[in-house]
Amino acid sequence: MNSKLQTSWLIENGRIICPASGIDRVGRLLLRQGLIEAIDPSDDQVPSDVHRIDASGQIVAPGLVDLGTEIGEPGREEDETIETATMAALAGGFTTIACAPNTDPPIDTAQAVEFVRQKAARADRCRVSVIGCVSKGREGQELAEIGSLVDAGAVALSDYPGPINNAALMRRALEYCLMFDRYILDRPEVPSLTRHGIMHEGMMQLILALAPMPAEAEDLATSRNLRLLETTGGKLHLSCVSTAGSVDLIRRAKERGITVSVGTRIANLCFDDESMRSFDANLKVNPPLRSREHIEACRAALADGTIDVLTSGHQPRALEKKMQELSAVPFGMSTLDTAVAQVVTYLIRPGHLSWQRALEAFSTKPAHVLGVEAGSLKVGRPADVILIDPEKQWTVCNDDFYSRSRNNPLVGQTLYGRVQTVFVGGQRKFVRDY
Amino acid sequence: MTAHASVLLPTYPDNWKRRHLLDLESLSAEEIVTILDTAESLYAAYTAAGQKLSLLNGRTIANLFYENSTRTRNSFSLAAKRLGADTVEFASSSSSVSKGETYIDTAKTIEAMGVDAVVTRHATPGTSHLLAQHLNCSVLNAGDGPHEHPTQGLLDILTIRQHRPNFKDLTVALVGDIAHSRTARSNIWGLKKLGAHVIVCGPATLVSRKWESLGVEVAHNLDKILHRCDVLNLLRIQFERQDTRPFPSVREYALLYAMNSERMKNSKPNILIMAPGPINRGVEITPEVADGPHSVILEQVTNGIAIRMAVLWLLLGQSKKTTPAIRQSEGVRA
Repeated sequence: MNSKLQTSWLIENGRIICPASGIDRVGRLLLRQGLIEAIDPSDDQVPSDVHRIDASGQIVAPGLVDLGTEIGEPGREEDETIETATMAALAGGFTTIACAPNTDPPIDTAQAVEFVRQKAARADRCRVSVIGCVSKGREGQELAEIGSLVDAGAVALSDYPGPINNAALMRRALEYCLMFDRYILDRPEVPSLTRHGIMHEGMMQLILALAPMPAEAEDLATSRNLRLLETTGGKLHLSCVSTAGSVDLIRRAKERGITVSVGTRIANLCFDDESMRSFDANLKVNPPLRSREHIEACRAALADGTIDVLTSGHQPRALEKKMQELSAVPFGMSTLDTAVAQVVTYLIRPGHLSWQRALEAFSTKPAHVLGVEAGSLKVGRPADVILIDPEKQWTVCNDDFYSRSRNNPLVGQTLYGRVQTVFVGGQRKFVRDY
Repeated sequence: MTAHASVLLPTYPDNWKRRHLLDLESLSAEEIVTILDTAESLYAAYTAAGQKLSLLNGRTIANLFYENSTRTRNSFSLAAKRLGADTVEFASSSSSVSKGETYIDTAKTIEAMGVDAVVTRHATPGTSHLLAQHLNCSVLNAGDGPHEHPTQGLLDILTIRQHRPNFKDLTVALVGDIAHSRTARSNIWGLKKLGAHVIVCGPATLVSRKWESLGVEVAHNLDKILHRCDVLNLLRIQFERQDTRPFPSVREYALLYAMNSERMKNSKPNILIMAPGPINRGVEITPEVADGPHSVILEQVTNGIAIRMAVLWLLLGQSKKTTPAIRQSEGVRA
């Protein structure tokens, strides 16, 4: 056995928050042989050679789990590689990422799944789960060989970042996946309503005259997906929900007893459509940054659990791709490096979200969708643990990105909250010494 | 030294601080009036001199146009030349754009040749703002997609002021494709700031009700508002900027919105007919109206020169000339 695995750690004086078991108290957390050994262990439980960490003032939480992270490799290494993505994830507090299948070629074969898993193992940073394609070539026509993908280790299926536009394919996919007990992730959008679109349709769009992406394009697809799910009884995760209309439909569906998982992207909770006035290419994301009422609806839905999951929405884009006119700029924001600080600064500090709920949405719930053993500090679980300094103030600067791409509108801004230490499987994989 | 020494040149307005002209939305009423006044006095000086002025001697102005344009591009060139500046033309079809160079790189390259201002047109909103962030020289927006076309707005407003100086009592209707019109947006901001009542009129697919919350009246039936209008600005239908046609046919559009002699009879007797051009005769305007006594379409074109002279002078008149230095080789024997 790896000697590092034998190292045991005692994290003392931190505020331990475990959404899976409802714990929120200052205490001691013992990690041993790669697992969570005990919370508040007795002195005889603590091995004599234990490494002690003083976590005063810090939050001790389960490692974050990201649902749908773009890794660039293979095919878009100018944006990101598995090496840089997993490093950025680690430094951002993510101990597990589920890589999105929009590589080039896309992850629609067992070999593609194997490639990512091997590269991730070689990088040896955070854990990497693989999301396979729903359709061959991610083209939305025919089902990909989902059985083979699952056999090779795919934990979920998606045509991310695009929506599954074909309703018949969506229905078939939901039914087919029943055999494999895997989630399908779909970002709801009716593309005919958003074609060439750049920003949310509303007052600011009327003024700036950028091509519109109306909210109903999402609402209609959300409605379709919920209705199909009701028929098939499959497992569906609606990713990147961003409208008040979607939230309303989902809330009513959940009240009717439909089981559906729902996610939203941090960017959509932090920035509104007014920010497009800067014409900053780094703000061009899909779903687009919505107006205030949508943001408020999504924040409330995240707080009350209607929205289950928070995702980084990490979409790295090389500088040259973003240094263009907005119509030519690809959608995306590089967010692994700033995700936690965004949640602290924009959601927790202003009182929109509790730590307990934030960590549930950022670890426990996405782990459940992926079916992986993560997102919990329960005894016997893998010791994927992070320490966050919630009060730490820092200014985002180009040099601190571990991601290969810095397409992030927060560069130059001062944020609160920073991940300081990260354990994956009981190994201390990252320490921020600044 | 100057041939027009006897001509009274306007004094440079001390309230002018801007380096770029990107939109009318961010200009104050005072700044707009400054531009209009400067346009008139500068143009008067130019006509009195009978030859070009030397206010921008030694300066270079580059036209960087990524969309077709004849009138705006030539109007800027003439305005620059009449102030004594040199001009250089870059068109997307003939430049490095066709070799895959980005918009910003092309603009930076032009700047490195030692230009003092870049006049730019592009199909995407925000492109001139983008250049202003990346260049050290002045940037003039000559149309950024459907967003703004500030000099067009200014020349329209100058034309109106010459006929109807009191904006507070004025109702101006912008008719046509408001959704895709940069002229409409620049006119709306400028006219509202000066106190005019603005109506936007056109098919419901091209005229959003949302304009109402900005204090703009929205109408879909031209015949119902015609009797209240002092000025009609007939916008061209932007066939090239639409994905799906927002109305069934040109014939139906003309039936509902074309300004023709029949509609002239139901208008105010002193109504002003404007069009930013190029006009589609028979679509938004019939020939007898375009060429009729109420039409000020050609005055708009002349005012365009005056406005662009004013804007170029305001942006460059007090700035230092920006000539990139070249490195001197060392240790080279003659």
